[in-house]
Amino acid sequence: MSHAEDHEGTRRDFLYYATAGAGAVATAAAVWPLVNQMNPSADVQALSSIRVDVGDLEPGTQLTVKWLGKPVFIRRRTAEEIEAARADDGASLPDPEARNANNPGADGADANRSLKPFGDAEDTGEWLVMVGVCTHLGCVPLGDAGDFAGWFCPCHGSHYDLSGRIRKGPAPENLPVPVARFDDETTIVLG
Amino acid sequence: MSGIPHDHYEPSTGAEKWLHKRLPIVALMYDTIMIPTPKNLNWMWIWGIVLTFCLVLQIVTGIVLAMHYTPHVDMAFASIEHIMRNVNGGHMLRYLHMNGASLFFVAVYMHIFRGLYYGSYKAPREITWIIGMLIYLLMMGTAFMGYVLPWGQMSFWGATVITGLFGAIPFIGESIQTWLLGGPAVDNATLNRFFSLHYLLPFVIAGLVAVHIWAFHTTGNNNPTGVEVRRASKAEAAKDTLPFWPYYVIKDLFALALILAVFFAIVGFMPNYLGHPDNYIEANPLVTPAHIVPEWYFLPFYAILRAFTADVWLVMLVDWVTGGIIDAKFFGVLAMFGAILVMALAPWLDTSAVRSGRYRPMFKWWFWLFVVNFVVLTWVGAQPAEGIYTWISLIASAYWFVFFLVILPLLGVIEKPLPQPSTIEDDFNEHYGKTEAGAGDAAATPAE
Amino acid sequence: MLKKLTLSAAMTLALGTTGALAAGGAGHVEDFSFSFEGPFGTYDQFQLQRGLQVFTEVCAGCHGLQYVPLRTLGDPGGPGLPEDQVRAYAEQNFEVWDPELEGGEGDFRAAKPTDNFPAVTSAGAPDLSMMAKARAGFHGPYGLGINQFFQGMGGAEYIASLLTGYTGEEKEEAGTILYENKAFPGGWISMAPPLYGDDVEYEDGASTELEAISQDVAAFLMWTAEPKLMARQEAGFVAVLFLTVLTVLLYLTNKRIWAPVKKGAKGQPAE
Repeated sequence: MSHAEDHEGTRRDFLYYATAGAGAVATAAAVWPLVNQMNPSADVQALSSIRVDVGDLEPGTQLTVKWLGKPVFIRRRTAEEIEAARADDGASLPDPEARNANNPGADGADANRSLKPFGDAEDTGEWLVMVGVCTHLGCVPLGDAGDFAGWFCPCHGSHYDLSGRIRKGPAPENLPVPVARFDDETTIVLG
Repeated sequence: MSGIPHDHYEPSTGAEKWLHKRLPIVALMYDTIMIPTPKNLNWMWIWGIVLTFCLVLQIVTGIVLAMHYTPHVDMAFASIEHIMRNVNGGHMLRYLHMNGASLFFVAVYMHIFRGLYYGSYKAPREITWIIGMLIYLLMMGTAFMGYVLPWGQMSFWGATVITGLFGAIPFIGESIQTWLLGGPAVDNATLNRFFSLHYLLPFVIAGLVAVHIWAFHTTGNNNPTGVEVRRASKAEAAKDTLPFWPYYVIKDLFALALILAVFFAIVGFMPNYLGHPDNYIEANPLVTPAHIVPEWYFLPFYAILRAFTADVWLVMLVDWVTGGIIDAKFFGVLAMFGAILVMALAPWLDTSAVRSGRYRPMFKWWFWLFVVNFVVLTWVGAQPAEGIYTWISLIASAYWFVFFLVILPLLGVIEKPLPQPSTIEDDFNEHYGKTEAGAGDAAATPAE
Repeated sequence: MLKKLTLSAAMTLALGTTGALAAGGAGHVEDFSFSFEGPFGTYDQFQLQRGLQVFTEVCAGCHGLQYVPLRTLGDPGGPGLPEDQVRAYAEQNFEVWDPELEGGEGDFRAAKPTDNFPAVTSAGAPDLSMMAKARAGFHGPYGLGINQFFQGMGGAEYIASLLTGYTGEEKEEAGTILYENKAFPGGWISMAPPLYGDDVEYEDGASTELEAISQDVAAFLMWTAEPKLMARQEAGFVAVLFLTVLTVLLYLTNKRIWAPVKKGAKGQPAE
């Protein structure tokens, strides 16, 4: 008799647990869309990757484009600039990391910071792409300026060299290199 | 809180006592959820929970939609398309909100019909009824303003026509209309204030819902017999009632899940079925759609509004008596709001001493005629106001008023009610004691 | 199989109700069969691509699609063009005004996938983004909406019927030429017949007869109006399925909870 009652009890408990479980799943399924709708929408996501035509960029000049609400410096360096930047590899660097999203974990040598050209072409260090936001407090550094002829942040006097590495001043890190690649000879894809 | 004697929350541990002395919130929740509820409630008592769910659904989806919507005449329409195309899951959220309004009104009409049939409005539940009517009015206002927000053609012209109703008020109408619109016509100012109020009113409704629940928890629920719960002692009350949890919570949730399955089928497979195609055309103040039709849940009152034209003798008489102050246009507006007013006055218009329609042989017929009449009004409200339709809407509108103003008062005098069971317990046992024999009366089927 | 059954059921109903439909002055809408109809309908990717071609080569001269982002041409469930084709399509076909160019002066540039199709207002023709939802092909009977329940709203059917509904008759009214059209409410439309058949050349060798290309472009416009149709139906299906399970569980729980109470009622003599 008691055995039958136990059996009945187990079946009842199982039904209750199953119902409560299904109810919980339904509630969770209803909550997720409410959370997810706050994630970036499709139009915003579409802007997370942009294409920049660099065909007209002369050596020794730079282009500033807006990407994800921030300026991105694209500089086509001359042979002298590359040489000057690489000569500084041995100098004392406050930030020894490359800070290159395409080359994670590499050290701060200039060759680790430049963007590889399209296809099989050799990376001479010609292309330097960096997020143009000072790593100190977020100002936009000026080009062709500062003690190292690279970039200079006027807000608190941070000096970056021709490789965008911090050399002097309060900024803690090198200018970061964003995710980027050449999609063809003259088009850089950011993001 | 409840007038029916039952066990109350007793704090047992030290922490519970500490909290209870400072804020008896657990006691409040306990008394609310454990309220003694007549054990013979039938399936028409589920709509309250469905309505509560609808309010939560609309508020939650609405808040989320407001994060992406732009209340500006140049951007509103495009921002809806942004929600439909770009926002993660935005199309579902918007369709849920859109069709949620329809579910809300289906439920409120069922809830009102339940109240009318079982005499839930009668003493001592008049306040519950009046608060309910206020909630219903606010729902209509909220739904109307919400429909304006997508800034489609029907949004714009619906807003123009409905705010035009206020222009029919003698002397001050035009000033009121201008004040409502914030200008000479529906424009950006109108859209902005409608957005603000559409966001605000649901919370006012939520407050009134709390009062509504408070009121009927004080009087106790009505039930299909209309016989009151015995409340001389706890033991006696317990024979007529069951605690709300778990008996009615589970029962209501079952009904809600079933209704939601149908609801999601509509949202998933035919979300625009209840909407109007013209609202996918951006508002254009220079072009009026061929037929301006309000959303389905307004159609009965829209039919009443249009029914009383200048060639109806009653309208002519009133026009003449008031020296033209109440012309046909204003008469229609008065009739529309009057239709809800007479319904709100039902507790005092109904003279019968018997509450439940189950024991009122004559009332039953008039009630079902009223329901059919309501469906007819809904249908005729969507038809063009011409030919046979004007006659149908006039007769149907007249019956609405006759039901409340003539039939309800008269029936109490001439009707001979059937014998009622002496207690709820008797009714319950009567039904379940004999279920093997198979009772088939759907309206009288308590709990399954 | 199920889809076919649903379709044939819808067709039968359509045939049964055509009489009631034709009675009104609303114009005759043919109940074409589309792949996206019914609860499990899906867009036909290749038909959408053909429809896009018809739209681009014929309709786009006068009509815009200003609410449709070009990038969605690459979305799964839509025409599904590869990324580089979307880019090339945008670049080659459309120019957009960019207010950020010329140092804030603004200038035209080739469209990018992140832009919308441009609005076209020059011809005074309506935007077609939501046209398939802004028209209802089916009504009634007697204002009850039962036909729409079974046949769908009929927006795409209306468009295809309109494109194939020209009779060839013309008349001049107040300086504009009107063309007789069987599907158009009132019977006379100001748009000249845009398609005659063989207006485009399809790469996939599909039929370019008038009826076929009309259906292709109608299907494409249904997609522009309701790009999330498939995602929506999927979500609806899962929700209904799950809620059905929950309903059954709650039904059993409810029965179980009430059983002792009802048993108590049986135990007592009924009065």
